[in-house]
Amino acid sequence: MQPERGEAVPAPPAPDWADLVRAFELFLVAPHALGGVLLRSAAGPQRDAVLAWLEPARLHRLPLHVTADRLLGGLSLAETLKAGRPVHERGVLAAADGGVVLVPMAERLEPLVTAQLCAALDHGELHVARDGLVAREPCRIGVVALDEGVDDERVPASLSDRLALQVDLTRTDPRALPDVAPHRQRVDSARAAFFRVQVPDAVVDALCGAAFALGVDSLRAVAKAAVVARVHAALCGRDLATPEDAAQAARWVLAPRATRLPSEPQPPAEPPPPQDSESGGDEEEPPDGQAPLGDVVLAAALSAMPRGLLDALKAGGAPPRSNARRQGRAGAARTGQLSGRPSGVRAGRPGDEGRVDILATLRAAAPWQTLRGRKSGGRIEVRPGDFQVRRVVQRTETCVVFVVDASGSAALQRLAEAKGAVERTLADCHARRDHVALVAFRGDSAALLLPPTRSLTRARRCLEGLAGGGATPLAAGISLGLQVALEARARGRTPAMVVMSDGRGNVALDGAAGSAMAMRDAQLTATAVRTAAVAALWLDTSPRPRESGEQLAAQLGATYLHLPYADAPSVAQQVRLTSHPSNPPSRE
Amino acid sequence: MAHYPFSALVGQDDLKLALQLAAVDPAIGGVLVFGDRGTGKSTAVRALAALLPQMQAVVGCPWHCDPGPRQACSPGCPGGSPGRKTEALAVPVVDLPLGATEDRVVGALDLERALTQGERAFSPGLLARAHRGFLYIDEVNLLADHLVDLLLDVAASGENVVEREGLSVRHPARFVLIGSGNPEEGELRPQLLDRFGLSLDVKTPQELPTRIEVVKRRTAFELDPGAFTRQWAKDEAVLRERLSAARGRLREVAVPDAAVARAAELCQALGTDGLRGELTLVRAARACAGLDEASEVSDAQLRRVAPLALRHRLRRNVLDDVGSSARIDKAVSQVFG
Repeated sequence: MQPERGEAVPAPPAPDWADLVRAFELFLVAPHALGGVLLRSAAGPQRDAVLAWLEPARLHRLPLHVTADRLLGGLSLAETLKAGRPVHERGVLAAADGGVVLVPMAERLEPLVTAQLCAALDHGELHVARDGLVAREPCRIGVVALDEGVDDERVPASLSDRLALQVDLTRTDPRALPDVAPHRQRVDSARAAFFRVQVPDAVVDALCGAAFALGVDSLRAVAKAAVVARVHAALCGRDLATPEDAAQAARWVLAPRATRLPSEPQPPAEPPPPQDSESGGDEEEPPDGQAPLGDVVLAAALSAMPRGLLDALKAGGAPPRSNARRQGRAGAARTGQLSGRPSGVRAGRPGDEGRVDILATLRAAAPWQTLRGRKSGGRIEVRPGDFQVRRVVQRTETCVVFVVDASGSAALQRLAEAKGAVERTLADCHARRDHVALVAFRGDSAALLLPPTRSLTRARRCLEGLAGGGATPLAAGISLGLQVALEARARGRTPAMVVMSDGRGNVALDGAAGSAMAMRDAQLTATAVRTAAVAALWLDTSPRPRESGEQLAAQLGATYLHLPYADAPSVAQQVRLTSHPSNPPSRE
Repeated sequence: MAHYPFSALVGQDDLKLALQLAAVDPAIGGVLVFGDRGTGKSTAVRALAALLPQMQAVVGCPWHCDPGPRQACSPGCPGGSPGRKTEALAVPVVDLPLGATEDRVVGALDLERALTQGERAFSPGLLARAHRGFLYIDEVNLLADHLVDLLLDVAASGENVVEREGLSVRHPARFVLIGSGNPEEGELRPQLLDRFGLSLDVKTPQELPTRIEVVKRRTAFELDPGAFTRQWAKDEAVLRERLSAARGRLREVAVPDAAVARAAELCQALGTDGLRGELTLVRAARACAGLDEASEVSDAQLRRVAPLALRHRLRRNVLDDVGSSARIDKAVSQVFG
């Protein structure tokens, strides 16, 4: 829905290969200390060529949708049965110790897997407590996270925060292939030298200053920049980080994370400053006396910013919002309907009552083995009575999509009331652990302000920023709401839609003004909602009940409620009824 | 593995205070730390581990129980026998790793012995190891709800009851629960919030000199952990002494009726639910007085700990962004004048 990447672009330039090679050399010298690389690029020969720079022998690809027992390791059933004693199997992460973990489709990483990667990056070891085993295993890994960068999904912020380098290939020519590769010998000798490189206080000061000026809030990013400066120094054969190293660190680590421009305009960023040249880092910087180090570092960061980001920042700090969106999927899809909440295992027959829990079954059989006359080394004897099946509570998650009319006709006072109702309902949803999403429409389009989330903090922040005024693109609002609802359904949640509007649409789907066309489009989209069988509630916000509202509600298949007569508790109750038809409201 | 020294943490006074209070009086009931990424939440908790003075424990007791009571803490504990020996142990700080399975948390059938010897024996879980120490959960908001329920239940009752796989075991499990997480990644159920004793929000420092100091110390520690730790050893020793003195003094700190009345007044003004708020407020103030080497609880301590003890207990107006801390500040200035 966001027209962010829609502008017509002339043929993009080929990537600056020498520059990219430098980034990967930095990473290869100290994968664990740097954390890793976030590589935003479409899949294809170009990305493959770049990935070939990583030493294949030390590269471990993380399987998509890896399960906790494969990630962390667990009881190996086959070995356990054969040996007659518990045999544990190392997980993918522990096996990657000393190497690089490649995370494909990192933008779809599940929160638990993300958290495990973060823990490994933070501590250099893995702490496992599963299946009768408690152990700490070394796990000094670097991570290369691949982000296809196709839509709004972003790599979880907790992970990208820990990856020092961010490389974006989406703005350059995807057909160009590299004709260079990292210099192995240089990397190897730098690897040995890296631990001796010192960072003078002036460099740390400059990095902190630049981070502050660019609105890079995370101190971890600044610390990572200091590490990059050290690695860069090692690559250049120095044992003390210089301003040149700091400048490189700023452009690789700080620039991609910028959320604002420095308040004082810096020397123009358009012509790349000298330290940005491709010839590599050996160029001499002006000695400390000439330009203040902080300015040099900041200028380097500015020069490395992609134009789009720079423009957006100039236009008035758009990215902070995108920062919130970046976390789009965090917390979501954590407990799909499939797994449900485990309610333990119990004795039972596999098949008709549930899936067999092999481990539990073995546990049940184990104590009886001696009595059943098992010889040492012989087979484990499992009897039908030992079978244990898994029980899960199938609690369907609900996702309530609020579609809020923020147009001028809904008047500011009504908007405040609508906000009040949303707030009240949010509180209710929060207590029930429902997901909520917020779509608002005004002017000529609708926007997804809040992707489905359970985070109250984000919902609160987002609702606060909701402004009113403009025309009423009702159809666009309903249609986007439906889209969100269907996506939620695709993720195994039960969607419900709450529309708050006065029902007076005057902008059609194609953005053209005019009541007649607009209302026809609104009715069409409303019918689509009913066809999709999405439960809906229509809250009429007009001063007096209107026929058009009631009509649209009928077309939506929605319950109709006129807001002025509906106080907040009754709205909340109605929403509850709509989204949880089977559960009668508890009290109130 | 060298740990970052607690005294070398820059700023974050609330965080440091809350952790010290919980260490001085475990009955306060744990700390919940929410905050931005990269604010040193987990560094602080791990740093606390290295600070705590050693504890005496009965040799041979699977739950390393306190030799003080001179009786067995549970079947299998030699604490009651006259010939029992004691040893000095480091206070356990147990990490609850993400992805931990329930059997490892509460304890389960010892698979090794069951498979090799056909014996039914109990293999203690993380809760047993955390007894008398700390249980730390990073990303507590990512933990499955049923595990959080279980942990809070055990933390509140001080006892772990295992009834599974034909085992029936009951053992003491008193520990301080410390949870950390990022509210942007999903929140804790409101019902669970209230069960933590103290809570706070940590923010990335915004002043440039502080930020510079944080990064400098971090870089110095990464470059040479050994040297950095030695450099701070003296401060650590002082702090350790202070903590252990405060623990010893805790019983002697008087809580005057006036202070209890103040606490009640404050809770009433804020409309906190239940008595847990008042109780925690008074306990935390007492621990704070212990750290301050004061002989009795006064307004100064109540003021200092009120935000920590109460901010997660306010009846939430969910979307009120005025923030709980501001409301508490207001109430504090009303009550204390």
